[in-house]
Amino acid sequence: MNARHSVVYWTGFSVVLALLIVAPLVLPEFWRRFLTEILIWGLLAMSSDILIGYTGLVSFGHSAFFGLGMYGAATALIIHRPPSLWLAIPCGLIAAAGVAAFVAYFSTRLRDIYFAITTLIFSQIFYVVIFTWTELTGGENGLTFRRPPLEIPGLFKVPFNTFSLHWFVLAVVVGSFLILRRITRSPFGMVLQSIRENETRTRAIGYAVERYKMVAVMLSGLFAGLAGVLYAVQNQFAAPDFVYFLVSGEAVIYNVIGGVGTLAGPILGAAFFLLLREGFSRFLTEFYLIPVGIIFIAIVIFLPQGLLGFARRWLNR
Amino acid sequence: MMSFLQSVPFDQILIQTLNGVVTGMILALVASGLTLIFGIMDVVNFAHGELFMLGAYVGVVTLAATGNFWLALVSATVVITVLGALIHVVVLRPLLGRDPLTTILATFGLSLVLQNYALWQFGPVARQIPEPFGGHFNLFYLEYPWYRLLIAGLSGVIIGGLWLFLKYGSYGIWIRATTQDRIMAQAMGIPVPLVLTSVFAIGSGMAAASGVLFGPLVGVNAVMGLDWVLKAFIVVVVGGMGSLGGSILASIFISLLEAYAALVVSPSQAVIVSFVALILTLLFRPTGLFVPTPK
Repeated sequence: MNARHSVVYWTGFSVVLALLIVAPLVLPEFWRRFLTEILIWGLLAMSSDILIGYTGLVSFGHSAFFGLGMYGAATALIIHRPPSLWLAIPCGLIAAAGVAAFVAYFSTRLRDIYFAITTLIFSQIFYVVIFTWTELTGGENGLTFRRPPLEIPGLFKVPFNTFSLHWFVLAVVVGSFLILRRITRSPFGMVLQSIRENETRTRAIGYAVERYKMVAVMLSGLFAGLAGVLYAVQNQFAAPDFVYFLVSGEAVIYNVIGGVGTLAGPILGAAFFLLLREGFSRFLTEFYLIPVGIIFIAIVIFLPQGLLGFARRWLNR
Repeated sequence: MMSFLQSVPFDQILIQTLNGVVTGMILALVASGLTLIFGIMDVVNFAHGELFMLGAYVGVVTLAATGNFWLALVSATVVITVLGALIHVVVLRPLLGRDPLTTILATFGLSLVLQNYALWQFGPVARQIPEPFGGHFNLFYLEYPWYRLLIAGLSGVIIGGLWLFLKYGSYGIWIRATTQDRIMAQAMGIPVPLVLTSVFAIGSGMAAASGVLFGPLVGVNAVMGLDWVLKAFIVVVVGGMGSLGGSILASIFISLLEAYAALVVSPSQAVIVSFVALILTLLFRPTGLFVPTPK
């Protein structure tokens, strides 16, 4: 039974992975970039699934981690000449992790709605700081920079094109998926899920619930920051709009649409949302959020488990 | 000592105090609707700011058609009250009995829909609501409009009316009974679903009224609700979730803090002060600043 499950699971995984590897070769330029973007937003959504789906904490503050990853990478790319990818990634991650540690320390003492509101307020603090600290962050205009080349020191060094960028992003996202999947199935991940199911009992058994929650927020923030770095590298700019709480709201939407607590679901949710947005904005321009919002409300009411919710137990086995 | 006293800008402090109380009263009107909805039905209404904004737009439209500000105020309140009842029946009633977090999600979706609807209908350019009358009085070097004092007073009257209704009105007693124990209230024959719908409608109507009242101060645009819902959240948490008196005091407290901070830093940075107030409250007094400590 178990062996059969893992055969089916990893076959499915390989098929999807193979499709994603081949996709840029057959897709036109626009859809190639679009697919890369789905993967990046999917990584952001997957990172917040650690909190929403596995720990039972709804975070409305992931835009702060995402944005700080973005600005951290941007700063490294602007200051250091020539721009280096392997400097940008750690800088973005350090910035995101610093913010995540700060937010985690304060917000994990709270539960439910209070956690959601606190994370939202924290992300707004960082938004205001970034928006008004014009000398460092460029304020409303944001920062623009050159894209670093893809290099492995001593081996090769090529400038990114849309193909290699897609494969690079895919490699990072798949790596993150495997790491997160391993973490959620580890004893640590089990404790997080037990906090979700019954916090009081978890504490009574003897786990330091606050410490576990704190690590969960930091872990989640780290991967959100990674998504921010990838986004910065793809689009060659960092803007305060990405720190605004609506981005966190979108990450929550991806999770709910795809199915929380599945890791793969949020990526599917991001794809579904972005495709809907693309489809509707063809004839509704920027008002695509009207139909998309209505579909989202309908999913919350009629399909609370999300698109992959029916397979949740199976995916986590 | 004398030179220190002279360096303190007392005139500016007084003006900012007045400004803080005026915004505080409008904020109290928004937040008391929010706290009513949360306290009674465990719904965190993310779309509250959008109801505020739509109320202001209904006011703009009525004002353009009739030219009467008070008619605009009344019609905005009535229209948004009906809209609120509709929203509750369609979106929130199916979520009854589920995790309160699902109501955050649903109302967040709703706020996106309403905000973009307003953008689509009314465009990105801010609309103006002229002040209904233009009198001023002298305050140091400023001509301070009477209208601002009037809206503070009017907000107070509306909130007072709500309080009296909850305290003495028989439907108000239904509402309080539903807050205390929903199942028992139902057993005593109170139509609980109807009570919940009307509470949401009343809260929406109050948001709409504050939108129209506040319109003349800043102009009306599609994203004005976002700032207000954030502020109202802060107020509701600082004041103690579900406590009406607490959220009124907290509104004035937060608005004064921001008004004084605006003397030193830019208004957009002054917001951080209220964020910090919220975080400190949550850390040291998570039940709220202005409610008695639960035993």
